[in-house]
Amino acid sequence: MSFYRGMVCENVTIKGDKGTPITAYTATPSGAGPFPGVVLIHHLPGWDDYYMEMTRRFAHAGYIAISHNLYERSGPGTPDDVAAKVRAEGGVPDSQMVGDTEGAVQWVRARAGHNGKVGVIGTCSGGRHAYIYACQRKDVDACADLWGGRVVMGKEELNAKTPVAPIDMTKDLSCPLIGIFGNEDRAPSPEQVNQHEAELKKLGKNYEFHRYDGAGHGFFYWHRPAYRVDQCMDAWGKLFAFYGKHLAK
Amino acid sequence: MCTSIIEIVGAEGMAKREDNWFPLSHAVVAYDHARHALLDDVITLDFINTTLDSGARAGVELTLDTAKELRAALDRAIAAAEFEEAEVRGKGAVPTIVRAA
Repeated sequence: MSFYRGMVCENVTIKGDKGTPITAYTATPSGAGPFPGVVLIHHLPGWDDYYMEMTRRFAHAGYIAISHNLYERSGPGTPDDVAAKVRAEGGVPDSQMVGDTEGAVQWVRARAGHNGKVGVIGTCSGGRHAYIYACQRKDVDACADLWGGRVVMGKEELNAKTPVAPIDMTKDLSCPLIGIFGNEDRAPSPEQVNQHEAELKKLGKNYEFHRYDGAGHGFFYWHRPAYRVDQCMDAWGKLFAFYGKHLAK
Repeated sequence: MCTSIIEIVGAEGMAKREDNWFPLSHAVVAYDHARHALLDDVITLDFINTTLDSGARAGVELTLDTAKELRAALDRAIAAAEFEEAEVRGKGAVPTIVRAA
């Protein structure tokens, strides 16, 4: 794999859901390309430093990377304060997330030096969102769901903002999927991951799931006690191999 | 975890941020992975005003045991407060009865 220590990082304004302008952080490798693209959907703690780092990590590995702010409409502030406000407001609607993410995908596709392929990735709620996007749109070529909770949802969990359980969208999954999970996680639990896999298998979808013992939720987060270096590094390898396979041209 | 364990209630009162106090609109209780405490899963309490800027928030992350102790303390304080309200200032209360700490 080639590495690109030189990159251009900047905030851009993209068209979000219903044309609403939202901010996105982008990292573009220096060089002629062509480069594949990755859209990173941030997690429940918000559009935070971890996602900025992850965006740069993809650029370092030769991807045009963008992470858009799903919480823009709740105003400026520190990521965790904004995330708390969003939580008090009952979260963001899945449909709005899809519209916002579509704007990020379009931004990547409009870049000079793009190779025509786009992956979508998210951790935690972002993993769930990435899966929903890959089921509701047909403009991404590979999807990565990292420990996305609430893919399997009970009827009592459905509401106006999250009207359909992602697992029930599986028939519409439009691209290959990689799933990365910790066996000590409880949301999603290993049983829910099995349930999701059974649905993918039943519908003949192209997927690979990787489950890690000794790891729970968020085991990539180097700044949290949940970090598990062995499992994390192995999973990064699998992730880049998956994207290398499906996003090369 | 990435849970849907969340309770949102309307709140009347004030909370402090830095040197200023702000009026509350909501209190939010959640159980999910910690953002700041070096713990896995925590009870998060946010006292917040959703009509103000996002910094209008007093938040804490507590272990489950601490949250239980806090709940018990709240229960005790509320019971004592209700007794106080009923016995001292409540309608029909006898003014000579006073509870001392």
